[in-house]
Amino acid sequence: MTEIIQKVKNLSIGFKSKKGEEILILRDISTNIKKGETVGIVGESGSGKSTLALAMMGYVKHGLYTIGGECEFNSSNLLKMKNRDLEKIRGRKIAMIPQNAGQALTPNLKIGYQIDEALQLHSDLKEEEREQKISELLNKVRLPSPETIALRYPHELSGGQQQRVAVAMALAGTPDLLLLDEPTTGLDVTTQAHVLELLNFIAKDTGTSMVYVSHDLGAIAQVSDRIIVMYSGEIVLEGPSRDILKKPIHPYTYGLLKSIPKLSLAGLPQSMPGSQPQPGTMHRGCSFFDRCDFSEEKCKNNSPQLEYLEELNTNVRCFNYKSLMNDSQVNQTVNKIKTSLQDKEILNLSEVSISYAKQKLLDQVLNRISDDNPTVKDININIKKGETIALVGESGSGKSTILKSIAGLLRTKGGIIKFDQNRNLSSDLKERDPNDLRIIQLIFQNPDESLNPNHTVEEIIAQPLKLYFGLKGEELKKNIIDLLQKVRLGEFYMSRYPRQLSGGEKQRVAVARAFAAKPDIILCDEVTSALDVSVQAAVLNLLQQLKEDFGTTYIFVSHDLAVVRAISDRVAVLYQGRLCEVGPSKDVYQFPSHPYTEVLLGAVLEPDPDIKPKLVAEDIVEEKPPQKGCSFQGRCSRILGDICKSEVPPWQITNGGNSIRCHIPLKELQKDQIN
Amino acid sequence: MLFLIIKRILLGLITLFIVSLITFVGTEILPGDACTTYLERQAFGEQLEACYRRLGLNVPAYERYVSWAVNAIQGDFGYSLSGEMPIKEVLGPRIKNSLVLASAAIFIGIPIALILGIVTALWRDKLPDVAISTVTIFAMTIPEFISATLLILIIAIWLEWLPGIVIVPTDVSFLELLPNIILPVIAIAMIMTAHMARMVRSSVIQVMASEYVQMAILKGVPYWKMVFKHVLPNALLPAINVVALTIAWLLGGVVVTEVVFNYPGLGRLVIESISNRDLPTVQALAIILASIYVSINLLADLMTLMLNPRLKTLQIRK
Repeated sequence: MTEIIQKVKNLSIGFKSKKGEEILILRDISTNIKKGETVGIVGESGSGKSTLALAMMGYVKHGLYTIGGECEFNSSNLLKMKNRDLEKIRGRKIAMIPQNAGQALTPNLKIGYQIDEALQLHSDLKEEEREQKISELLNKVRLPSPETIALRYPHELSGGQQQRVAVAMALAGTPDLLLLDEPTTGLDVTTQAHVLELLNFIAKDTGTSMVYVSHDLGAIAQVSDRIIVMYSGEIVLEGPSRDILKKPIHPYTYGLLKSIPKLSLAGLPQSMPGSQPQPGTMHRGCSFFDRCDFSEEKCKNNSPQLEYLEELNTNVRCFNYKSLMNDSQVNQTVNKIKTSLQDKEILNLSEVSISYAKQKLLDQVLNRISDDNPTVKDININIKKGETIALVGESGSGKSTILKSIAGLLRTKGGIIKFDQNRNLSSDLKERDPNDLRIIQLIFQNPDESLNPNHTVEEIIAQPLKLYFGLKGEELKKNIIDLLQKVRLGEFYMSRYPRQLSGGEKQRVAVARAFAAKPDIILCDEVTSALDVSVQAAVLNLLQQLKEDFGTTYIFVSHDLAVVRAISDRVAVLYQGRLCEVGPSKDVYQFPSHPYTEVLLGAVLEPDPDIKPKLVAEDIVEEKPPQKGCSFQGRCSRILGDICKSEVPPWQITNGGNSIRCHIPLKELQKDQIN
Repeated sequence: MLFLIIKRILLGLITLFIVSLITFVGTEILPGDACTTYLERQAFGEQLEACYRRLGLNVPAYERYVSWAVNAIQGDFGYSLSGEMPIKEVLGPRIKNSLVLASAAIFIGIPIALILGIVTALWRDKLPDVAISTVTIFAMTIPEFISATLLILIIAIWLEWLPGIVIVPTDVSFLELLPNIILPVIAIAMIMTAHMARMVRSSVIQVMASEYVQMAILKGVPYWKMVFKHVLPNALLPAINVVALTIAWLLGGVVVTEVVFNYPGLGRLVIESISNRDLPTVQALAIILASIYVSINLLADLMTLMLNPRLKTLQIRK
């Protein structure tokens, strides 16, 4: 048997509530991390996974305390150790790679210093040797020109580069165990795939054990040998990663896997009802009881114990796992979406360009915008009534910018946005009349910020009803209750404040508010990215249902290609504010594709250890779109030569009705992509 | 960077111009003028005319503003009414005295404030924090005229250690002034230090809770190294602007304290010239106080800019 390097024994961590009750964040966790293995810890927000990872470094956050149990490293309990001794272990034996490197690097210290600090603390190298080592480390994490990077401040690097610096910093002490807390969550899809590939390489190269904490089963699937699934502060399932992803024998994992949209399947995934109980609200019985499809009477009052199944080398916490053992291929069944597409055109964007450049004084006087290379350019899209069109691309692709212009939050520089063939919406908010405002509504990414914390749900939903329809009294109340029911919330939610709602409930309120205006078009800006996976599926299903009921048109912005695949009729791929490819979603997801679409599709992480991401292009960040030629020329792996740099590529149309903007003939595009 | 400095200086000058206009217009609108105040009951006929001619008040307002402004730039603010002394000579010693008082308060108060703020933040919710925080909140809430009066009562009257009020001529030498300023400095420093210590405390606490400090701990950086390298430089940046405002407030004359201690500084001069309706002096004081505020804030902004790498790159990129 291989050597165990970290032993977690009966660990419980919690805090004292205002009433003096002990509330548990982690409940009786026991597990072992072996030398050289990568363990994935997966769970939704609030499941205690980060608290567990920090405890493995002997760190308990301000306000929490250890109630019982230990984290044993080199046969000493880290949780009882003095700070002075911990300083010798942290960074040297166990190192952390944080979630958000942008926040985790000290803003006033140069990159080189921050790595040097780790080297000074954890090695005996002399100054010149350390300088050498810094370059080596930055090279190892594949950062370009290490010497100049070392002299920069954290804010001068892109998100992906910051994350790589954090990896280099963690490697400086040559640790035996690396803890990674959601290391790729804030990154673009392509950058995420590259960072994961780097981590895999490092695990193999150095033989370091890793504990990889994430909510994203797709990322976990790519790196881990073993997976621990956490729910409500407990381990509910633990075993070899392939078995867990292919044959999950715990109902929660089973439901979770079914609720993740996949690239290969068009249609909406099945959602899991309810949400994870808040810490402290637990009573007797299984914590997953309320949401479980396999529950029985005894689950209500008895908590199942973690049971070890020798033949599977798996621990499971469920009375009923056997019923899943027989039938547990996650044959994902999807709810096929009905298209409610009508022939009528509802919104037309022609030659739209948008610029963030500040107007100079002369331009202000002449009321013109002079910017020959605007952020968004040449956007031509026809949107039909009842259609769901998705705009996809990495950050900086201009997808949210276009949304803002349609909503009137940002003035267009050129081109026309036309509603219903006759109404011109190119003007900004101040010049639109109330009805123009009513027909287009927005749902934002983060309901925590888009709902006023001082308004009750009733007030939030009442606002558009009063503003656009002048409703009052009983009628107003009736309408609010009606809307709440439409988004599957009961009448009793009316008096609640946003802070009393879960993330999914908040987003439902935001959806109800958008529909209150009876809009023709709803703009959805990353509406599910702040939500947990199991909740995401429910919100997507709700949006689809409402669309079928009301015949609304959605413009859906997302960076998640699998979510887009699940919900949209048509997809537009954007790079640097220029369209690359537009077409029906089933065709965009098939080859031939624009080289950029190919990059995006290749980088999607599926919760399946057998599907590996393909890394086609470098994940460099371009600050400005190129002046001439194809927008993707800087990163394209299939660049033809001068023509791509000097001429804007033509639109080519495939058999499926998919338009691709590329100089490479379609046949040749397809040839390479199939290989 | 240079462009930015020039731009900020220009903006400062525009501010001063507007302030001078407002004070000039304000003094114009007020009923009565320098001559009627000076001549009192004799303010009519020949005498009034002569006075107007002598002070140059017989020309249109805009001409007077221009000539006043031109002189003011050269440091000549005209004549004070009480005593008919050049305002320049009235102001000189007052500015010096205020500077002495302010710098004494700054050199004592700011270091103490920083230390108290940092200590309370690092020992948050422990004994040192609870004790110091109670005292600072107490010091913050007592108005300075009460603390000043109490200081006079206890130290000057009961213990007879120091003079209670300043009864020296305005232009004494520094050494003679020294024993006189101890009590006023304590009175001012108390309230100032308390405010600043609270500010520094919350700023340090905020940084201590940041992800990069947690990261530094998890990297194995020893506690004090972490405090000095990762916490303080980031926590004290926002303090620069507060310190600047405090210094400007001190130089601008701590009116109440100066009056209580009869201290011959700028603050008392403000009160005196207002109650004497000495409009030329009020005008001069307004401009001088405005310049102090503008220049100190300008300095603070430039310092923040130099010390904060984030702002620096932002400016260069623009």
